[in-house]
Amino acid sequence: MKNEFQVIADLIEKDKKVLDVGCADGTLMKFLKDNKNINIRGLEISKEKVQECIAKGLTVIEGNAEKDLKQFPDKSFDYVVLSQTLQAFLNPELVLDELLRVGKKAIVTIPNFGYWKVRFHLLFKGTMPITKTLPDEWYNTPNIHMCTIKDFFHFVKSKDIKIFKSLALNNLNTTIINESNLGVKNLFANLGIFLIEK
Amino acid sequence: MNTEKNIKTLIVKKPLKLDCGNTIKDFPIAYETYGSLNSKKDNAILVFHALTGDQFVTGINPVTKKEGWWSYAVGPDKAIDTNKYFVICSNVIGGCMGSYGPSHKDTDQKIFGTNFPVITINDMVNAQYNLLDHFGIDKLFSITGGSMGGMQVLQFISNFPDKSKTVIPIATTSSHSAQNIAFNELGRQAITADTNWKDGNYTSNETNPGKGLAVARMAAHITYLSKKGLQEKFGRKLQEREDFKFGFDADFQIESYLRYQGSVFVDRFDANSYLYITRAMDYFDLAKQFKGNLSEAFINTKAKFFIISFTSDWLYPTQENKDIVIALNSIGADVGFVEIKSDKGHDSFLLDVPDFLNALKNFLDKSYEEN
Repeated sequence: MKNEFQVIADLIEKDKKVLDVGCADGTLMKFLKDNKNINIRGLEISKEKVQECIAKGLTVIEGNAEKDLKQFPDKSFDYVVLSQTLQAFLNPELVLDELLRVGKKAIVTIPNFGYWKVRFHLLFKGTMPITKTLPDEWYNTPNIHMCTIKDFFHFVKSKDIKIFKSLALNNLNTTIINESNLGVKNLFANLGIFLIEK
Repeated sequence: MNTEKNIKTLIVKKPLKLDCGNTIKDFPIAYETYGSLNSKKDNAILVFHALTGDQFVTGINPVTKKEGWWSYAVGPDKAIDTNKYFVICSNVIGGCMGSYGPSHKDTDQKIFGTNFPVITINDMVNAQYNLLDHFGIDKLFSITGGSMGGMQVLQFISNFPDKSKTVIPIATTSSHSAQNIAFNELGRQAITADTNWKDGNYTSNETNPGKGLAVARMAAHITYLSKKGLQEKFGRKLQEREDFKFGFDADFQIESYLRYQGSVFVDRFDANSYLYITRAMDYFDLAKQFKGNLSEAFINTKAKFFIISFTSDWLYPTQENKDIVIALNSIGADVGFVEIKSDKGHDSFLLDVPDFLNALKNFLDKSYEEN
């Protein structure tokens, strides 16, 4: 399991109720179910991935987060997880609002467009950056609303969303992001993980 | 038609009050079982059949000598694995494969015909509930069925919220739409317009309203397929001829196919049963039973739901299946949902659609492991 999922799992206490939005093949769900006795649900748009989840014995709903989150009642989950998907939505602000309505807390991870390799790629190659976390070409990427850790940090603050924890991931290193080191983390982390609440 | 050999029957002694106000008692429920009930009695699956189905789910139907209606899904090592599970299915009341219906005789030894009480989906499941007592099953492992079978699944878990661990409604709806009612009415009109119908008082097979029933079946059969599926299978292909005959014979293969479907149906189905069962479907509106709030139907159950729809099903489209998912999510129920890609229309649930059969098998087997 990738390091990102381990970090997310560490943020969630045992026996909680969790919704994994864009749960893909259910790797994180399965880990949470087996290791932390989490009452876990998934929402996934891909039919193939939904089948993989069912084969793992996971409860998953085929659907689109932009349309289908509204069916869940307010604060019906302890945590709602959204891993590296926010930037792919037509309206990320609306999805973020929905995550925080449905979940008591939300864990959102974003691929950092401020990462130095991304910046160098654009600066020196002059073409759209391609990295490990951003593997697609400009014409086939699902990521239509890229942001940096700094962008997201400022965005949630402006919306009066409480940040409980913000973590910077650089491969296997996990460090805490705060106001004073934001500039540095924004340069050296390829992934940001935020535990937030509204 | 009801007294054939090989039909197992449970006589229900307990009076059953029907939605129409009548009470029935000492009535037969015809059923079949597959696999064996384990000692803990925790491996039973109650399957509900659709409009024209019967209790003979799989293997050779001893009455029609044809494959059971769900042979693709039920059997040894299949999605509903009878090596592992004990499958029970019964003919709905109002039906014509041995359960109490309009072709049965009343106390004066006169065939009921349309004097049989109008029955509902609710009546059907209340009648079938008696099978649990009969087999000494406290809690089923699963209940499942497609189309009208799915309606019975929803009604059953609403009526008996703690009687099944898992619930699998397939290609169904919680409320029959105007379009559904319209197609059923077309079928009923075809039957009642047949002069042999005689207000339901036909008696022998020679004078039954076969033509009307065949037309009803032909019209309904079209609704079970998709436009794409029909086009790919038949297109404009001609039936054993080089050119048009310039008449009203079956020139096209699709015509010939529908006529065949109509004619074989008449041999195995009772016209009055068709009227009664379509009526029961049309009356089905689970939300209405709960003042318009579908969620209330499921508020008392802790069962795990898995809802399945098909992309090309325009009779019970994905949205109507999703409405059930939404109602369940709004009360925090344990519900999974998948829409299976298939060109085979509403009939997909009866056919060899691997994604569907795999999803069904995985859901059941994984849920059973967690037991």
